[in-house]
Amino acid sequence: MLSDRVVIPAALAYLGALFALAYYADRRADRGRSLIANPYIYALSLGVYATAWTFYGSVGRAAANGVGFLPIYLGPTLMMALWWMVMRKIIRISKAHRITSLADFVSSRYGKSALLAGLVTVIAVVGVIPYIALQLKAVSTSYTILVRYPEIAMPAQAAATPIAADTAFWVALVLAAFSILFGTRHLDASERHEGLVAAIALESIVKLVAFLAVGAFVTYGIFDGMGDIFGRAAASARLAPLLAPLAVTGAYSSWAWLMLLSALAIMFLPRQFQVAVVENVDEDHLRKAVWLFPLYMLAINVFVVPIAFGGVLHFGADAVDPDTFVLTLPMARQQPALALLVFIGGLSAATGMVIVETIALSTMVCNDLVMPVLLRLRPLRLAERADLSRLLLAIRRGAIVAVILLGYLYFRLAGDAYALVAIGLISFAAVAQFAPAVLGGIYWKGATRRGALAGLAAGFAVWLYTLLLPSFAKSGWLAGGFLRDGPWGVALLRPHEFLGLTGLDEITHAMLWSMIANVGAYVAVSVLTRPGVAEQAQAARFVDIFRHGSEGLAAHLWKGSASLPELNALLARFLGPARAAAAVAEFAQRRGLSAPAQLAADADFVHFAETALAGAIGGASARIMVAATVNEESLSADEVRAILDEASQLIAYSHQLERKSSELEAATAELRAANARLQELDRMKDDFVSTVTHELRTPLTSIRAFSEILHDNPDLDAAERARFLAIVIKESERLTRLINQVLDLAKLDSGRAEWTVAELDLKEVIDEAISATSQLFRDRNVALDTHFDGNAPRVHADRDRLMQVIINLLSNAVKFVAADSGRVVVALTAGAGELRVSVADNGPGIPVGDQATIFEKFRQAGDTMTAKPHGTGLGLPISRQIIEHFGGRLWVENEAGGGAKFVFALPAGRPADAAA
Amino acid sequence: MSKSPLSIQRLVAVFLAGVLLLDYPLLPLFNGAGTWFGIPSLYAYLFLAWAILVALIAAAVRHRGPP
Repeated sequence: MLSDRVVIPAALAYLGALFALAYYADRRADRGRSLIANPYIYALSLGVYATAWTFYGSVGRAAANGVGFLPIYLGPTLMMALWWMVMRKIIRISKAHRITSLADFVSSRYGKSALLAGLVTVIAVVGVIPYIALQLKAVSTSYTILVRYPEIAMPAQAAATPIAADTAFWVALVLAAFSILFGTRHLDASERHEGLVAAIALESIVKLVAFLAVGAFVTYGIFDGMGDIFGRAAASARLAPLLAPLAVTGAYSSWAWLMLLSALAIMFLPRQFQVAVVENVDEDHLRKAVWLFPLYMLAINVFVVPIAFGGVLHFGADAVDPDTFVLTLPMARQQPALALLVFIGGLSAATGMVIVETIALSTMVCNDLVMPVLLRLRPLRLAERADLSRLLLAIRRGAIVAVILLGYLYFRLAGDAYALVAIGLISFAAVAQFAPAVLGGIYWKGATRRGALAGLAAGFAVWLYTLLLPSFAKSGWLAGGFLRDGPWGVALLRPHEFLGLTGLDEITHAMLWSMIANVGAYVAVSVLTRPGVAEQAQAARFVDIFRHGSEGLAAHLWKGSASLPELNALLARFLGPARAAAAVAEFAQRRGLSAPAQLAADADFVHFAETALAGAIGGASARIMVAATVNEESLSADEVRAILDEASQLIAYSHQLERKSSELEAATAELRAANARLQELDRMKDDFVSTVTHELRTPLTSIRAFSEILHDNPDLDAAERARFLAIVIKESERLTRLINQVLDLAKLDSGRAEWTVAELDLKEVIDEAISATSQLFRDRNVALDTHFDGNAPRVHADRDRLMQVIINLLSNAVKFVAADSGRVVVALTAGAGELRVSVADNGPGIPVGDQATIFEKFRQAGDTMTAKPHGTGLGLPISRQIIEHFGGRLWVENEAGGGAKFVFALPAGRPADAAA
Repeated sequence: MSKSPLSIQRLVAVFLAGVLLLDYPLLPLFNGAGTWFGIPSLYAYLFLAWAILVALIAAAVRHRGPP
């Protein structure tokens, strides 16, 4: 039912669909509508971390020692907490320098050293080969088992089968073909592969779904939930010790080392660097990815232990390899569809890893290993060929095939001796060697090229000796005595118990020694050597990436002469003429020039050309090419130091300036506001004076006019004379009132008013005010009602002043209501801690727009230009000042049925006085 | 400045908390025979601590620093 006639087409169809998706995503990217420019795709693409190791190997590991598979995922989870700090810096640096691989990064940091780039490449290739072998082993094993369905049989030893009959060999060829299709169809200056990322993200979903499906099937289909599996495990002699597996000697140190190892691997595996740094679209995507990615790992690991224990319970002790439980459990329960899904999931996990890993490695091999050598071989005259992009592609394709075949070779030689996880850990330990050089490189300016070389070489050597060679020895390709007795019988040199250190498992042992050697050599050599000129410059640009964009500084650090056409030709040779011209035009535009021909071949342009070239062929090769094209004067170390000092001083000054100028701006804004306020006050004062004068002149004019009439006509009859005299008296009274109010206001404004505060009953005050104004009400025939709250508390205030306020409100009210039908209601209510007095009328009310202005001096509601004013315009401002003096509020609101309602609230009593 | 020192401090704190939660000396406390809801305590604890850690990271990066 599941013969190769079903499985092979299904697998190829799946890979074909992935490729179609990648093709579509590439097309979208070309049209500027990127499919992958969002944090979710970015987080899913980081899921390339979960390979066949996770898919098949974790279960095997869990069946052997319980929780031992977990540190591999817990370490990266912890590292994610630091990524916002560390990875963002690496991404920022890589974008500024157009870095396209890990080797490029390390070499760029240490003065664009080609030697260092080559060493990193060699370590990466050699280190990752076992890891690729792991994927080949997983895919070929799962295929071999699946096609025997419904029988469950473990495949024969790989070494025993001829190559042409070995599934793994054909798997290797297919994977190489797809890697070439995905990664090297055409040359891209930035080494970004949008289609690849989209495909990887889809693969991450597929493998997660497949694993969760088989996990749910095992846990709830074969067994009765997790409790059932763990319950039976506790009763099994084989599994019971695994329920509390950390009691073994050395378990905790190996736990901690595995976490550290995987925390470093998540950053420094070539494929992780590729998806996390090179393929990163926007560094802000990290913000979501740092928790989505660990969540993904958590999800894909939930069912690992149930499957492992379920497999052991189902198959018994050692009949079936635990690494295959994920596949064999559905097969044993006659679930061919699920088994096929599992196979596709495992294929996803393995192909994703192999494709991204080999593409990343091929970039390194091409840019950092092959090209620097080819460019230096004078007989090839490579530097003079017109178009090198085809050559670059050919080298990369060759590198992909070579790396995968090396993986296959390792699988043939050593693959059978180890479980999947053990093979993977060997690779992890290799890439962990990059940690000191990279992390030191971005935080420690004093690290030197020689230090990095020494550290990497020492760490790599120890890794070779303590992990890689023993893996050959275990497979019988080296004499067994090498492991047991040490080389030449020297027991102290035993690879797994170096210098007699025992009690550690081989990974912990290798990590301990290699890290001692690596960090030790890196730090010791760095402090003993002086960095070269180029190194100092690069160190400053890397470590201080957040302080300056690194653009200007780089140009300062170059002296020499160059020719524009030669540099343009150089760019065209590696980027292709069209893209080179576009890049140069964009650069010219950025500098404000209308045409590329106006560019000067200055330091800035040389730096631009080198960076653009670095995107295509790596930093070290770009350096060689540019150096060969232009005449460079080498700067002395002192000059470089002076420039760097100057630059950092400039930066410090500019920061100071920035701070000062922002302080100045704030002060200016304050001053401007104060000035505006002063002008406003000045204008108000002028208005006040002119209004007062105007208001004073009106009564004065009529007094004078009538006095003159009386003076000039002594023979006026008595009735007429009395009428005129009455007007003169009334106008004088008005004048006096006005002057009194102005003086009053001036006193209140300046705070010189006298207050006689006493405890008083508001009811009495209101009654008194009403009787004082009763004549006004009678005159206009206006009704007056009162509503008093029976138990209103007494208040502390000035009796006369308060009376003044109430009289003012009452006389206003009576003035504005219609004669005969007018009605005014005075109410006194006691509220929460305050007393309210309201004077409501049924007059025209006050327009909402005027409700604030009527409390300003000389402002009256309505159009004062046409209507005759009803008062001095000072009553309400004075009233408000009085009320506010006693800690109260005075405001106006419109009544629902028309009319205005003036309310003032006074605090009831005063706490200090209440106590007395 | 492009850095947001506040969220970096939080993340470093989460990292240190994670190192403590997921390593010696806390792990041995759970490496016993007990079970939580039928799941051996060590497994239950590890996955729980893991989930908490992910939530803490998510909370720490959610607050944007000053632009």
